[in-house]
Amino acid sequence: MNPLLKLTLVQAQQVMIDVVPQSHALGLKLVEFAPSRIVVDLPYDARLIGDPETGVLHGGAITTLVDSTCGIAVLTTLRTLRRCATIDLRIDYLRAARPNQTVRCIAECHRVTHEIAFVRATAHDGDSSDLLATAAGTFVLFETLGTHDIFGEAKT
Amino acid sequence: MSAPDEKVPAEQIDAMLPEILKIPYARHLGFTLLRDGTDIIGRMAYTDALIGNPQVRALHGGTLGALMELTAVCKLLTLARTTQVPKTVGISIEYLRSAGRVDTFARATVTRHGRRVANVRIIAYQDDPLRPVAAATAHFLLATTPAGAREPKPVSTGELSRSTP
Repeated sequence: MNPLLKLTLVQAQQVMIDVVPQSHALGLKLVEFAPSRIVVDLPYDARLIGDPETGVLHGGAITTLVDSTCGIAVLTTLRTLRRCATIDLRIDYLRAARPNQTVRCIAECHRVTHEIAFVRATAHDGDSSDLLATAAGTFVLFETLGTHDIFGEAKT
Repeated sequence: MSAPDEKVPAEQIDAMLPEILKIPYARHLGFTLLRDGTDIIGRMAYTDALIGNPQVRALHGGTLGALMELTAVCKLLTLARTTQVPKTVGISIEYLRSAGRVDTFARATVTRHGRRVANVRIIAYQDDPLRPVAAATAHFLLATTPAGAREPKPVSTGELSRSTP
């Protein structure tokens, strides 16, 4: 049993985002948490501006949002929790994010094999019919969780 | 027009280095630019805030993508032909090794610098440039079409055959 699937949204926010320093630094907020389908918000933050003249967020912050959201989508698809790592992430920036708008990423893990998981993601800033980015990610799955298992109690 | 690979003088690159720090996100990332002759190297200084996997204490993949994107833009700006700040159209990132708790560097190569689009390859490495932690290809829009002229006019076959790059 994957212990993530028993978590509430608030618990999942703590375990999947707040403990990850870079996700925490970006202020990521878990909005929807369902197996294979994850929604995460990146609130507008002046520290993340890429173009000081327009106030538009830097693409790198969007890349981090997309990578995080895709990774969580993979983890919630697994029957037993295993460590995963991004091997490939491709992002198309369809347009710039609007200043002062929260960017929302929706990621769906649509295929998992024993070793590899495939994810598709989109991002918008308020209107889901007006996307600002689309992405495709590929993740490799490891046999175990890693040396410092945050879900140690669920190992049995 | 200047030759495709003509570089700006080293002094102009040196003048660019402090300009990068005016970008808030570059400061967030701990990004600085180093000059190596007329080439540039992007550097992301390690801080704990860059960690993406606290279990294995590896850097967040998004920060490596951001480092490579910033380095690619700076590389394009070192070419005399680049007159506007390029806009990222797309980036495809390969994660090759887990990136540890040290500084990360990136080097970019411009594979094609056209009138509208530039294609750039980037590698990111930590201790050894021959053992990259990530690689990427990115494409950038170099010149934006003036407002009011966004929809391209239908062209006749005659016009197409005349157009040479």
